[in-house]
Amino acid sequence: MSVNISNILESVGEYWLLMKKAFRKPEKWSIFFKQFIEEADKLIIGSIPIIAIISLFIGAVVVIQTDKNMDNPLIDKMYIGFMARETLVLEFCSTMVALILAGKMGSNIASELGSMRITEQIDAMEIMGVNSAGYLILPKLVSATLLSPLLMLMSFILGLLGGALVVQVMGMISLSQYVQGLQFSFKPHYVTYSMTKMAVFCFIITSVCSYFGYYAKGGSLGVGRSSTRAIVISSALILVFNYLLTNILL
Amino acid sequence: MIKVNKICKSFDGRTVLDNISINYNPGQCSLIIGASGSGKTVLLKNLVGLMQPDSGEIWYGSDLFTAMDENQKKSVRTNIGMLFQGSALFDFASVEENVMFPMDFFTDWSREQKLERANFCLKRVNLENANKKMPSELSGGMQKRVGIARAIALNPKYLFCDEPNSGLDPTTSIVIDRLIHEITQEYNITTVINTHDMNSVMEIGDKIGFIYKGRLLWEGCNSDILDSECKELNDFVFASKMARRLKGLE
Repeated sequence: MSVNISNILESVGEYWLLMKKAFRKPEKWSIFFKQFIEEADKLIIGSIPIIAIISLFIGAVVVIQTDKNMDNPLIDKMYIGFMARETLVLEFCSTMVALILAGKMGSNIASELGSMRITEQIDAMEIMGVNSAGYLILPKLVSATLLSPLLMLMSFILGLLGGALVVQVMGMISLSQYVQGLQFSFKPHYVTYSMTKMAVFCFIITSVCSYFGYYAKGGSLGVGRSSTRAIVISSALILVFNYLLTNILL
Repeated sequence: MIKVNKICKSFDGRTVLDNISINYNPGQCSLIIGASGSGKTVLLKNLVGLMQPDSGEIWYGSDLFTAMDENQKKSVRTNIGMLFQGSALFDFASVEENVMFPMDFFTDWSREQKLERANFCLKRVNLENANKKMPSELSGGMQKRVGIARAIALNPKYLFCDEPNSGLDPTTSIVIDRLIHEITQEYNITTVINTHDMNSVMEIGDKIGFIYKGRLLWEGCNSDILDSECKELNDFVFASKMARRLKGLE
């Protein structure tokens, strides 16, 4: 037990030192911006298709499930729209999407950095005098943290659209009732809250997965192990921070 | 010139480098030889600053490298080129981008100037018309040449090679050895090579240090290695049947 605790403390210390190294001033801003654009394309733009498909279908499923559970004739059916909106904005579009991104983006980051570590590419950068953490990790952190709230917004809009489509196709309520429900008691703060959560979750994903990739060892098996651990730990941290942020922000 | 003064390094109580002192001179290929696990790689990693010795000093000219902080080491590292065992070419970059990588960070040259320098370095290692290829499209020997071209891109004062012949056939090995030797003499570079290849020893060993169980047991050059009276060195040099036959021991 004591060994495990000391290992955890050592890892936390290593993580902070890596973050400190990554957040040093870039050697050249032009190189940083080039990397920023590349990472934004790879991590954020590359995640759009999967997030779009999942959001559309989840939106549709939430509407169907809400409808099936509203048997009481005294409850106005427009609440289907209201419930769908609240479910999507409060949990699905930030927490669930972040968990999906932890798998997609996290494995990408951990395996990329891990294979660079075991093939000595990171050592090569260090020997040249390049801050490898600043070059490889900082653009990932900045692009994912700054741009992921837009992914959350996209997911929210597509989820509502998925709900609208299913309402139209199945005819459980009219579209105007659904829209009325979406507009009912709308709190813009919930969107800000969800966007903030998404930014924090994506920082966790990129930083934790970068840490596990950067310090990967033990050949290709080791890279696989690091990727798996990175995803498991970042997913667990997302859930913990979801609880903390909800307590603080709501 | 690099001066190593009484360096020691241990891992978990096991001594890997034991009081090693040796000088490396410009214009010479200095070889570190020894069996696997003898401490060669640890010595090389200490020399380039990827590891910090427990005690002792490493001098680059008049600069005490072991007493420098990371920022100070950076200025020394811009004078260092390194060829890695697996070449460590960046997967994400083409051949010419690999060679231009250190120039991107440490020069203010225009793209044309960098390209001109990259072409010069690639021509010097006899690798023309491969600029746009990716590392995965190159043979092992070609990858080593690109590694050398990248290492000499900024006219380094010091060149380190970690097992430059590993994975290469004997003919290609000799070509790579001669290339390193020529470049060392042509640009008056202080070159340190970590190897256990006896062909390299005989071909380019201007200065040789034999490491046995972390201790420097023998120093000399290729002309006197075969006549040494050091038992451990002879066991290493004449380990193969072919070497014993040539020596007349069989």
